[in-house]
Amino acid sequence: MSTTVDSSTPTSQTNRAPKGKRQISDRVRAERKLGWLLAGPAFIIMLLVTLYPIAQAVYDSLFSFRLTAPGDKEFVFLGNYATVFSDILFWKDLGVTLLITVVTVGVELVLGLALALVMHSAIKATRGLLRTAILVPYGIITVVSAFAWFYAFDITTGYVNNWFDWVPGIGPDFNWFSSAGPALSIIMASEIWKTTPFISLLLLSGLAQVPGELSEAARVDGASAWQRLTKVILPNMKAAIMVAVVFRALDAFRIFDNIFIMTQGQYGTEALSLLAYRTSIGRWKLASARRSP
Amino acid sequence: MLSTKQKLGWAIVTVLVLIYALFPVLSILMTSFKSPADLASGKFLPAQFVTDNYEQIFVGDAKDLFLPALWNSIGISLIATFIAVVLATLCAYAIARLDFPGKRIVLTTALMVSMFPVISIVTPLFNLWRQVGLYDTWLGLIIPYLSLTLPISIWTLAAFFQQIPWDLERAAQVDGASTWQAFRKVIVPLTAPGVFTTAIIAFFIAWNDFVYGIGLTSTSAARPVPAALAFFTGASQFEDPAGAISAAAIIVTIPVVLLVLAFQRQIVSGLTQGAVKG
Repeated sequence: MSTTVDSSTPTSQTNRAPKGKRQISDRVRAERKLGWLLAGPAFIIMLLVTLYPIAQAVYDSLFSFRLTAPGDKEFVFLGNYATVFSDILFWKDLGVTLLITVVTVGVELVLGLALALVMHSAIKATRGLLRTAILVPYGIITVVSAFAWFYAFDITTGYVNNWFDWVPGIGPDFNWFSSAGPALSIIMASEIWKTTPFISLLLLSGLAQVPGELSEAARVDGASAWQRLTKVILPNMKAAIMVAVVFRALDAFRIFDNIFIMTQGQYGTEALSLLAYRTSIGRWKLASARRSP
Repeated sequence: MLSTKQKLGWAIVTVLVLIYALFPVLSILMTSFKSPADLASGKFLPAQFVTDNYEQIFVGDAKDLFLPALWNSIGISLIATFIAVVLATLCAYAIARLDFPGKRIVLTTALMVSMFPVISIVTPLFNLWRQVGLYDTWLGLIIPYLSLTLPISIWTLAAFFQQIPWDLERAAQVDGASTWQAFRKVIVPLTAPGVFTTAIIAFFIAWNDFVYGIGLTSTSAARPVPAALAFFTGASQFEDPAGAISAAAIIVTIPVVLLVLAFQRQIVSGLTQGAVKG
C-alpha cells in the first residue's frame, strides 16, 4: 500500500483562483483547518484505541505483577524480556508462528494467483458466479471456518478419515488433532481457505493493470502460456504481489482464531498470539472461574 | 465464439472453484442437520435431515447462550460499522479533496493500526476496561472494534472519493442548483455507493472478530457469537456440542452469504480499489 501513495494524495489546486497573495494564504489556511477538522476525529480515535494500549503495554512490561493483583507492582526493568527470551516456549511458539506464516502465505500466493488468472480470463457467463463464490470464504467468520474444518477431520464427527481410508496412515482411528504435524496442516488449511480470496482479489487488480498488448505481443512472437506468465505478466505485477505478500504475512503472523478453536494451542500448535493470551487474560479467567464456579 | 472444448474447460474450472469456495460451508451445513446420534456416523450427509440443532439454539437448552450472543454481535458490529463509516467518510473526504499537511500521516497511521497484532492491544485494554467499568459491555467492544473498522474504511473511501468527478457539483451550481440541491442531487448519489460498500467490508471485519470478543467479555451481556461458539457445550455433559455449534455457525453465515450475493460487484471493487490506490 505504499507504492503509489503519490497518486492517492492529489492536491485540489483547481479550487484556488489566482488572486492576491494574501487571499490565497487565507484560503489555504481555511482549507487546512477544515482538513484537520474532518480528518481529526478519525485520526485521534485510531491513536487512542491503539497507541494508548501499546504505551501501557510497554510500561507494564517493565514491572512484575499479577493481573489478579495489579496494584502489587515491582519494577524489574527489562527483566520480563529476559524471562521471555530465555523461555524455550517463546522460541518454540515463534517457530510455529513463522512456519504458519511462511507456508500459508506461500500456498496462498500460488493458489491466489491461479484463482486470479481464472477470474481474469473467465468468460462473461461465469465471471459473476466465480467472484460471488470466492467472496464466501472471504466474508465467513474465521471461527466458523475453523469449526467447519475441525468437524470434517475430527475423529468422532469427521468423515474425511472414511473418505481417505485408502491412503496409507489414514483410517477411522487416525486422530488429526493429537500431534503437531497433522493438526497444524488442518489449521493452515482453514487459514488458507479463508484468506486466499483476499490475496486473489489483490492479484486480480494487479493483473488488470498489466497491458493486454504485452502478453499478446509475446504470444505472437511464439511464447508459450507459461513463458508469458513468468516473463511478461508476473514481472509487470510485482507491486500487487508485494502488497499481497506484506499484508498477508503480517496478518498470518497474528494467527489466533483457528488454533484456539481446533487445539487451544495444545500438542505443539501454539502460536505467539495464543501464548500471549494464555499467560495473561487466559490465566486470569481461569483463576476467576475457579473462584466462582 | 468459444469451441465446445473451451466451454467444457470453463465448466470444469468453474465447478472446481465452486467446490473450493463452498465445500467447507456445505460440510458444516450438513453437520448442522444431523441428529445427535448421527453426529459420529463418519458420513458427509446426515442419515436424515433433522432440525434438532436449530431448535436447540433458538428455543432449547442453548438458547440462553446463543440468542444474547446473536443480539450482541448484530448490535455491536452495526454500531461499530456506523461510527467507523461516518468518521471515515469525513476523513476520506478531507484526504481526497482538501490540501492539508499531514494527510499522509493519517493514511500511514491507518495502515499501521490495521496491521498491528490485536493480541497486544487486548491485554492492556482488559486491565483498563476492568478499572473503568467497560469490561463485558457493548461500549467496551465497540471502541476496540473501531481500531479494526476505521483504518480499512479510511483507505477504501479515500480510494473511492479520488475517482469521483467532484466538478459536477460546481457544474450543477452553475446550472442554478442551490448548495443543498447540489449536495443532495449530485454529491450524495456519487458518494453513496462507495460509502455503502465500505460499510459492508467494515461490517464483515467487525462480525469476524474473535480476540476482543473472548478477551473483553465474560458473560452474555456483551459476548458476541464467535466467542460464544467456543463456550457451547452439549445438552448433557456427555453430548457433543458439534450439532448446536454447526447450526449457530450457519445462522451467522447467512448474513454474509446474503450480502455477498447481493453486492458481489461492489465488494470486489471496494476491496481491490482500497489496496491498489494505496
